Amino acid sequence: MSGTIADPRLSGRVAPKRRLRLSWSDPLLRNIVWQVLIIGALAAVIWYLVGNTTRNLEARHIATGFGFLSHNAGIPIGEHLIPFDPSFNTYGRALIVGVLNTLKVAVVGVVLATILGTLIGIGRLSRNWLVARLSAVYVEGLRDLPVLLQLLFWYGLLQTLPGPRQSWRLGDAVFLSNRGIKVPLLDWQDAHWWTLAAFLLGVLGTLAWARLATRRQEATGIRPPVWPAALGLLVGFPALAWAALGAPFTLDYPVLHGFNFQGGGTISPEYGALLIGLVTYTAAYIAEIVRSGIQAVPNGQIEAAAALGLRPGAALRLVVLPQALRVIIPPMTSQYLNLTKNSSLAVAVGYQDVVSIASTTLNQTGQAIEGIALIMAVYLTISLSISLFMNWYNAHIALVER
Amino acid sequence: MSQSAAAAIVAAAPSRDRPPAGVVGPVAWLRANLFNSWWSTAVTLLLGYLIIRWGLSFIAWAVLNATWSVPVNELGQPDATICRTASPAGACWAVLGDKWRFILFGSFPYEQQWRPALCVLLFIGLYVVSGMRRFWRRELLLIWVAALTAIGVLMWGGVLGLDYVPQDQWGGLPITLILATFGLAFAFPLSVLVALGRRSTNLPAVKVICVLYVELIRGVPLISLLFMASVMFPLFMPVGMNPDKLLRAQIAFILFAAAYLAEVVRGGLQALPKGQYEAADALGLSYWQKTGLIILPQALRLVIPPLVNTFIGFFKDTSLVLIIGIFDLLTTGRIASSEPAWQGFANEIYLMLGVIYFVFCFAMSKYSRGLEREFSRARNR
Repeated sequence: MSGTIADPRLSGRVAPKRRLRLSWSDPLLRNIVWQVLIIGALAAVIWYLVGNTTRNLEARHIATGFGFLSHNAGIPIGEHLIPFDPSFNTYGRALIVGVLNTLKVAVVGVVLATILGTLIGIGRLSRNWLVARLSAVYVEGLRDLPVLLQLLFWYGLLQTLPGPRQSWRLGDAVFLSNRGIKVPLLDWQDAHWWTLAAFLLGVLGTLAWARLATRRQEATGIRPPVWPAALGLLVGFPALAWAALGAPFTLDYPVLHGFNFQGGGTISPEYGALLIGLVTYTAAYIAEIVRSGIQAVPNGQIEAAAALGLRPGAALRLVVLPQALRVIIPPMTSQYLNLTKNSSLAVAVGYQDVVSIASTTLNQTGQAIEGIALIMAVYLTISLSISLFMNWYNAHIALVER
Repeated sequence: MSQSAAAAIVAAAPSRDRPPAGVVGPVAWLRANLFNSWWSTAVTLLLGYLIIRWGLSFIAWAVLNATWSVPVNELGQPDATICRTASPAGACWAVLGDKWRFILFGSFPYEQQWRPALCVLLFIGLYVVSGMRRFWRRELLLIWVAALTAIGVLMWGGVLGLDYVPQDQWGGLPITLILATFGLAFAFPLSVLVALGRRSTNLPAVKVICVLYVELIRGVPLISLLFMASVMFPLFMPVGMNPDKLLRAQIAFILFAAAYLAEVVRGGLQALPKGQYEAADALGLSYWQKTGLIILPQALRLVIPPLVNTFIGFFKDTSLVLIIGIFDLLTTGRIASSEPAWQGFANEIYLMLGVIYFVFCFAMSKYSRGLEREFSRARNR
């Protein structure tokens, strides 16, 4: 705060302005000379490489530019979140499909790895010896094996499952075979969009109600119960909307037809292996982060919370977690980034993420520089977005120091 | 400890009466650690059941129903039909008996494979020597230079009566160790320079370059750098000059590792009390004297445990060269598993690879934890 209150005695004094002396003994001059030399050397290296590249491209008759993005791709893509047809869609659209596939693995993987990692991290602190030992063995074992080896192992394992005709089944709905997991899929109609909208409204209403309850508690000391309103708004309201629109509910079951399934939704073995491998690997690291975060909260805090009469749940929510999260968030961010970057290993198990599609593209078109630049740009964008979000969240929960 | 203090402790020690029943002993231990509540008991029983069941089926697969060797047919090819009949229920270890030399040493000439084997031993010796604190002196640098030169001579040959073996015949474990060791040996000095550059206040341009380098590399996956090395690097070189694949991957790996190591080193530089910098300045040391004599020896010592953890990460990451087709340990394993005669026995091979990777990584992580304990003991004295 000293910057805002200026000392009147110091206001007239400004640091004396240094004059640059043309002598090697002047550190300022030396710094400038060194920087000019280093930047010059770097520029020379870059100029040399760019020159070589241009000559090489000319020698190989490769045209530069991103024009190839609007050419017809002709890459068959098995899994796509947006419609894609190799016979007339472009490379640009193929790459967008790849980005979406990457995000599909990354988002689901981050959520699952956080859940699994937190469970195992808490398990390592369990008073049950068997649970603690097993969690420790899990963490030690999975952290010391290359993630690529684990991906190949899971993919190999999923491929040794029986074929569609002998698939393992759960009733007539879920089938597990070497073609992946087949699950029934809801036949999505307009009514479901309205139900979803009602649910989102319910979330907003619940938040508002919780806020009102907090204000009432601050005024009167008594907290009105939140859960009946939450139940009504989150479950009752959407259910009402759904029923009012005729309650459409038809499931599209997978049916064995010849040698393969028809209908239903699929989790392909490629996606499954990638997801299982990334989640189990990253969970081992997250478990360690969670454990050290919980251990970083001094025992006195928990005892003090108990002395204040907080129930264990409230103590965990109001005392332990806010302090543990402060330790947990920064390393957790880098684990989320690692998972996202490791999802590029999809190319080894044949899942078509952005790296896989971009490398096919650069093999077909010869546009190596553009292809790799696109891969890097995609990952830099994802990395920066995750770190920006996590930095914001970290600042949000950071200790406010007086 | 003084005599009187020792006497006080002896006096304060509990008498040798038997402790009350139910507080110590195996039964009490079980009650306290496995069955202390109905919830804990249920979890213990469930986990115990699963462990015993899966453990037994693993033993049945790996030992009881396993095939250890297969006959060789008239063409000299192994005949894996026994393995196939026992297939889902029993492991086929014969695939390792047939292929282990290929997995470990790739297509290095068969009679000459003692050379890569010796290299692996040299590497392990180098790690052990580097891990011992009594060797943490300047002479260690000479040991490294000597060992790496010897490894180069053994692998390439062409001198001292050894046959020349071109680099595209190397493979397996030596490649993994070469990528990891040479990568770190070059990345580490580079990372120290980058970390110093990032911390510099007098050279803003250098700082910007270092920040850009570190953040760019850390923002992209290693695979994209390896792709860059395999398809873009040839474009960067003058027409006609084409460095071999391994060297290109090695350079990408060095650039990648240096960015991550630089962040670790920077942590050490930041953790050092400001007084150390000011004291060095007050002594009138130049920048490089200050850095070399005062700052780095303390800062690097602070970050040895996280450095070793980063090393473990890079050791595992060397396996990613599989994607650009370099014959490291994982690639040779994968090739061996896709051979027609042995198709379907990939898991046995992956298990062997897993054991090899695990032994190296686990040794490093044990070592790093030991060091951490030792350092914290020295600090908390």
